[in-house]
Amino acid sequence: MSRTLSESDSKDLLRKYGIPFLPEVLISQTDQLEAAIGGMTGPYAMKLCGRNISHKSERGLVRLGINGVDAVKHACQELLNAARPEDGATGVLVAPMATGLREFIAGVSVDPIFGPTIVFGVGGVLAEAIADVTVRLAPIRRHDAMDMLGSLRSRSILETFRGEPAVDLEALADLLCSLSDAAISIDGLESIDVNPVMIVNGAPVALDALVAFSATEGES
Amino acid sequence: MISHDHFRALFDPRGIVVAGASTHPGKFGFVALHNILACGYKGDVFATNRERAEVLGRPTFADLTEIPHGKADLVFVCTPAASNPEVLRQAASAGIKAAFIASAGYGESGKAGLQLQLELVELANELDMVVVGPNGQGLVSTPSSLCAQIVAPYPPSGSIGIASQSGNFVSSFMNLSRQSGVGISRAISVGNAAQVGILDMLEYFADDPQTSVGLVYVEGISDGREFADRLENVCRQIPVVILKGGASGLGARAAASHTGSLATDDRVFAGLCRQVGATRASSVAEAFDIAAAFATLPAPRGPRLAVVTTVGGWGVLAADAISTTSLKLVELPTDLHNTLDGLLPPRWSRNNPIDLAGGETKDTVPAVLDAVVGHEDIDATLILGMGIQSNQGRLEREGPFYPDHGLERIVAFHDRQDSRYAEVALAASVAADKPVLIASELAIGDPNNAAVAAVRSTGHYCFASAERAIVAMNSLYQRKVWLDSFGPPNDER
Repeated sequence: MSRTLSESDSKDLLRKYGIPFLPEVLISQTDQLEAAIGGMTGPYAMKLCGRNISHKSERGLVRLGINGVDAVKHACQELLNAARPEDGATGVLVAPMATGLREFIAGVSVDPIFGPTIVFGVGGVLAEAIADVTVRLAPIRRHDAMDMLGSLRSRSILETFRGEPAVDLEALADLLCSLSDAAISIDGLESIDVNPVMIVNGAPVALDALVAFSATEGES
Repeated sequence: MISHDHFRALFDPRGIVVAGASTHPGKFGFVALHNILACGYKGDVFATNRERAEVLGRPTFADLTEIPHGKADLVFVCTPAASNPEVLRQAASAGIKAAFIASAGYGESGKAGLQLQLELVELANELDMVVVGPNGQGLVSTPSSLCAQIVAPYPPSGSIGIASQSGNFVSSFMNLSRQSGVGISRAISVGNAAQVGILDMLEYFADDPQTSVGLVYVEGISDGREFADRLENVCRQIPVVILKGGASGLGARAAASHTGSLATDDRVFAGLCRQVGATRASSVAEAFDIAAAFATLPAPRGPRLAVVTTVGGWGVLAADAISTTSLKLVELPTDLHNTLDGLLPPRWSRNNPIDLAGGETKDTVPAVLDAVVGHEDIDATLILGMGIQSNQGRLEREGPFYPDHGLERIVAFHDRQDSRYAEVALAASVAADKPVLIASELAIGDPNNAAVAAVRSTGHYCFASAERAIVAMNSLYQRKVWLDSFGPPNDER
């Protein structure tokens, strides 16, 4: 069995390598809420956070576009109430809502023959059907990161797209190089999922992360 | 430690011994000796046969103890697995440094065979010998006119080095070599790859002045990281074209995560090839196309491609194929446009692809090719439609009216023209040091066509279609981009 970090801990670990996450707060009690979100502008995205929670969307543990303190409080309480004992829930993550039409997936996967690999592909609800994914062995050079972007069959969506500006390719390549650094630096790593990477005003923003360690190793 | 001396003994031996030569023409021990003798190997050839029976009219020795010391460097082993340790010991005593083991009954046959194979490697290491195989089909080395294999064909000489985990793919590639005239330097089937494998061969090819490109078939890879690192080192020196079978054989992927489950094993291999600068091909024909392009064409300086065609339709399909690659079907520069206006009738396409629209006369084609290939804004040129005239000539020559009614003269004219176009095109390529690719299905349909034959006689490769030429050209350009990614070139060959 592998061991996973909570979303919040996954992000804290990956932030050190330069993955571009949004600022967010972890709320464990609704009475802390108003002070905690004071620095952020709404609307908000809210998710239940715990180290054994995966498939958040499928379980209804994600609330998007929540506006106003009362609504945030209400959603927060609902999410906390939905927690199951086995979730290891530590609270609710509240972040400013990010919107964009394009989503990608990025990650690290350990291949049994080739070791850690960097994976990048088209995300969103059709990701599995489109299966437009490119892989390189870690570590990657910057040239490899740019080549990964150019290797996508759907690479035209990196250009200006339905009123949104072209994707900042350098920033997206930075993200892949950061994942590569993480892949070769973190001991006992089994996988990293950064999903989705949303393109907001042309810039890649990582909205969720899941770090898994192989059975016997890893930081706690 | 296996050194270049061992590989020299393998590929350029001063003399060779066939151990286990047979009088029966159906046996490996007969075929191996036959092929070595029939293809003109210049060194000493010895053979052993337990009964000292004459084989192919030649005397044999009972065993290798009778071989004069220092006269042979390579032993080609066709004896049963159980005899081979003794064969190797005797070979080492005779000063032999390399053995190719064609014998079966090793790792491929089960547990007991695997044990024999491990012992064979241990013994070879102890004797300071390189052992290729077992269970391999043999090797070819054209610089030494050596055809030490139990299969055909013997290819023309050239600079493609082949290494394969399957002997039959060596034959496949060499069949295409013989058909196209683009030749082979070394070719070897590594069989069970007990002591040395594909990468050992590639590393030798990279340092071998006779070899300019590696062409490999691989199936199983055990240590992926070492494979990637060593392959990258080779690719820094020579281009490598890889055909891979059994993509699912890489083992099950731990699919705990969403991204992990999306990434199949084959994508890992595809990504690794791009990363280390190797060219992955999807079929035998494509692999040979690309290897032949690397072997015969200069590296392009950029992606700007011009297409010259005698008929519009071919140009349209070529444009479609280019759109799926990194190549650029560039707009014609104004000065080139003006030059072509002066050479061609007004109905020419006035665009790239450059459709001559049947406007070619005796001298326009050479002038057009010179202008296009030599232009500084064109990095490479693809020529379509060569051989049309001599194809009509063939129909006339084979028809009932030949040689009367002026047919003899016109047929000869057609042949001369097509030969001349091909020669001019390739001379322009050499003069400008830029790739010029010629594509026609006549390469397959009628290899004796004057244009195809002229391409072959200049040592170049006639691609079987525009699409196939474009895939190969794209591979040349991808390699340039990869090499450039390391900064200014140092001493690339």
